[in-house]
This record gives sequence, C-alpha cells and structure tokens, in this order.
Amino acid sequence: MIKIRDLKIRLGKKQVLNGVDLDIPTGKTVVVMGRSGTGKSVLFKNIIGLMHPDSGSIEVDGQEVVGIPEKELNEVRKRFGVLFQSGALFDSMTVGENVGLPLREHTKLPDAEIRKRVADRLEWVGLKGVEAMKPASLSGGMRKRVGLARAIAMDPAYILYDEPTTGLDPIMSDVINRLIRSLQERIGVTSIVVTHDMNSAYHVADEMALLNEGRVVFTGTPDEARSTSDPIVRQFIEGSSEGPIKPL
Amino acid sequence: MTEWLEDGYDYLRDKMLDGIAEVGRIAMLVGDTFRKLGRGLRSFGLIVDQMDHIGVQSLMLVFIVSLFTGAVAAVQAGYQFANVVPLKFIGSVILRSVIIELGPVLTALIVGGRVGASIAAELGTMRVTEQIDALDAMAINPVRYLVVPRVIAALVMLPVLTIMANTIAIVGGWIVCLTTLDVSTHTYVTSMKTFFFMKDLWSGLIKAFFFGGIIAWMGCYYGFRTEGGAEGVGIATTRAVVSSCVLVLISDYVLANVLFRFIFTP
Ligand SMILES: Nc1ncnc2c1ncn2[C@@H]1O[C@H](COP(=O)(O)OP(=O)(O)OP(=O)(O)O)[C@@H](O)[C@H]1O
Ligand SMILES: [Mg+2]
Repeated sequence: MIKIRDLKIRLGKKQVLNGVDLDIPTGKTVVVMGRSGTGKSVLFKNIIGLMHPDSGSIEVDGQEVVGIPEKELNEVRKRFGVLFQSGALFDSMTVGENVGLPLREHTKLPDAEIRKRVADRLEWVGLKGVEAMKPASLSGGMRKRVGLARAIAMDPAYILYDEPTTGLDPIMSDVINRLIRSLQERIGVTSIVVTHDMNSAYHVADEMALLNEGRVVFTGTPDEARSTSDPIVRQFIEGSSEGPIKPL
Repeated sequence: MTEWLEDGYDYLRDKMLDGIAEVGRIAMLVGDTFRKLGRGLRSFGLIVDQMDHIGVQSLMLVFIVSLFTGAVAAVQAGYQFANVVPLKFIGSVILRSVIIELGPVLTALIVGGRVGASIAAELGTMRVTEQIDALDAMAINPVRYLVVPRVIAALVMLPVLTIMANTIAIVGGWIVCLTTLDVSTHTYVTSMKTFFFMKDLWSGLIKAFFFGGIIAWMGCYYGFRTEGGAEGVGIATTRAVVSSCVLVLISDYVLANVLFRFIFTP
C-alpha cells in the first residue's frame, strides 16, 4: 500500500505538484493519467526518492519515505521495480548485463542462476535470446521491454511503469498490457502505471487517477471513468481540445 | 547609471556565490567518494575496466608527447647552455626538469584532456538519459558504482603513466644528445646519475597522484551535474577539461611549495 498525501513540489518557477493525494492499494494496478507536462514523471520520481518534495508525505507499507536517510530509502527501493519512460538502459553493458545488474548487486546468486533468471525475464517480455546485444542496436520498443525485464528481475512488490506503451506498435502494446496484468496475477505485484494511452489504461487499470494542474482531480474504476459526468475527465478520455482543460 | 552599477554588482555577487556553492558541491562529492570507498573497492572488475580505459588506452598519447617533450628539453638546454654551461651537465638538467615538472604536469594535461572529457561525456550522457536515476532507483549508489572506480583508477594510473612518461622523455633527450648535440651516452648517463635525487622523483609522483584525483573528480562532477540533452553534455565536457587543466596547474604550484619547503627540505 502506497499512500501519498498533500505532495507539493516546485521546479524552477512552476508549481508542478500542488497537493497530490493518492492511494495505491496492495495488489492493485493504479493508472495515473494526465496531459504531457502535468508532472506524471515528477510524481513517479518522488515516489522512489529521485526527487524530493517540498512538503507532503509518501508512505510505503506504512513507512514514511520522504526525508529518510539513503540507507533506509535503498531498502525501500529494493522492493520496487522501475520502468523509465526512456528505458534508461546502461549502454555500456549488454542486454543480459542490464537485466542481471540488480541481481548481481543485491543477491548472492551464482552466475548460472542469474543467467537463467535473465533469460526467463527476457522471455516474459517477448525477447528471448537477445542477451548479447547492446542497447544501442535495439529499437525503441525493444529497449522499453528490456527495461521492463530489468524492472521485474528482482520480483519486486511494486512496479512503477512510466509510459510502458508509448512508442510501441499496437500489437506490442497489447503484449505489454497483458504482461502488466499477468504480473499482477502471477506475483501479486502492486503497480502504478503512468500513461496517456487510454486504451492501455482501460486494459490494465483497477483504478484510474487523473492528474491535472498539480492535483489528482479524479479517482475511480475504469467503469466509473467511462460513465462520469466530470467535464475534465470526459474531455481527457474523449481526447477533445474543447473543454475545461486548455490546450497549450 | 546607478542602475547599471547595481546590475553589475548583482551579477558579480551571484557569480561569486555560485562559485562558492560549486566548491562546496565538489567537496561534497569528494567526501561522498571517501564514504563509499570501502564498498566501491570491492567492485574490482569496475576498477580494472577504468584502469584500462584511463591508463592503458592513454599509453600511445603519453608515449608520443613525452618523447617530444624530452627532445625539446634537450634542444632547449643545448641552445641555452651554449658557451655558458658545459654540455656535460645536460643529462641532469633534462632528468630533473622531466621528473619534477614536465613528466607529471604534461601527462596530467593530456590525460586530463582525454580522460576528463570522456568521463564527463559518459556520465553526462548517463545523466540525461536517466541511467543515473535508474541506478538510484535500483538502490545502487551512483557514487559508489561510477565515481569510486574512476577516481581509484586515476589515482593509480597517473603516477604509473608519469613513470612511463619520465622514462620516455629521458630517452627522447638522449636521442637528441646523441644525434645533434654531440653528447655521448656515457656523459649523458653520468650526469644524470650525479644529480639524481630520490626526492625529485617522489615529488613528481606525489603530484601525479593528486592530478589523477583532480581529473577524475572534475570529470565525474561535471558529468553528474549535466542537464539539458546533447548540448548539456558538450558543456559538461568542456568544463571538465578546462577546470581540470587549470586546477592541475594551480595545484602544481601549491604542491611544489608544500613539497619542497616542508617535506623534502633541502
Ligand atoms: N528537473 C526539472 N527541473 C525543472 N523543471 C522540471 C524538471 N523535471 C520536470 N520539470 C517540469 O515539470 C513539469 C512536469 O514534467 P513531467 O516530466 O513530470 O511531465 P509528464 O507529465 O511526465 O509529461 P510526459 O507525459 O510528456 O512525460 C514540466 O513542466 C517540466 O518542465
Ligand atoms: Mg513523463
């Protein structure tokens, strides 16, 4: 369970998050939607302590994580798998080394065991046998899937996905959507998915949250989102430029 | 007119505060490196990789530069000695100027250009493509994983490269002596032997050790602080090279004073 309360952060001249409240119940997948530039990635970075909020609180399994020392923060981080928007693969390493890195750093598993686990995770994301390739020679979609394989290498309790399907073809998007669902079913993982791909959002969400102007303005199930009369939500899910959210 | 003055004052004050803050942040990175030293030392493979990158791959460049440094030192000495000092002293002059100053400083400047730039560019790219964030998110401390191996490798490799540079520069000087100055090998070697002091060699190597730290830390610092895409990486690279070269020369002056006044007193 992750509990976010009154989270505020100012970056440069912009109040990016202005009192975010959000609950992510254990075992559920919560999709955070919002326009480009509303601070979805910033929220995501606050949760794993890559950015520090000006005020507010984030609790993971009842433990406050804002402002705790690095040692404790790292213990919390080990329970998280993180998929970055750009994949964030280490380009000095091969795909296999990328996926195996958290295992080599945090476990005492023998090499053979690590190789097996790496092959296994790559198979989950539909990339069997690419261990020896360098990230630079992969397509954008493949990079994202390798990033996902790395995120799930340690069997995390939480997975944060930053736009897992943007830049993928429709078929691969569906593969990723199913994967997100099956991870939830298979290892009972709790997920936060940041996206503006509505299709993917409906597919994976137990709950949806809409971020607008630094606040969560709507939370509800996909069905509630479809049937709500809230004009902001309506405009967003219909993808219209007319309405309370001003383009620009 | 007064407005113009006030703007100027504000500008200078901001610049100065920025400078102080920068020094503070660099000191924090250095402190962090020492704190992570213990765990960082255990990642032996990473250190070896960096030693190869910083040391072995700089060999060719160091070789060429030092060969010509020694040669130029000999030509210059020959010219300045003419009719003033007997040429039989040329060996010692070359030896001492090389091991005290030319070897360590020139090695540091060229390695600073080559390695400082590549460290800053690599870490800068890692910063802007979120790879450093990814390390943090995986609970792998980036200072431990990226900075410690580079700093250790540079601290070890700079003195090693300097010893190499010294040797080759002396050979370069010897070639010039034989071919154009009419000084025999025997004269050259005897003069080197007579005026060789161990403390000269040590002072050069101690300096090289400090220069290694400067190069690696500057590269890492500017790499880590990179922001804003490819342009930012370019800026970080330039800053790393310029600052490490300037700091090498300044610290050379400071170290020369400290070493020869207080430690290796005449
Ligand atoms: N390090 C930073 N320094 C200053 N401003 C920042 C920084 N990171 C993000 N911002 C600003 O915060 C706002 C939100 O950025 P963020 O990356 O979270 O958007 P996003 O919702 O993830 O958008 P997208 O869907 O395009 O990824 C933007 O206006 C951005 O300019
Ligand atoms: Mg984003």
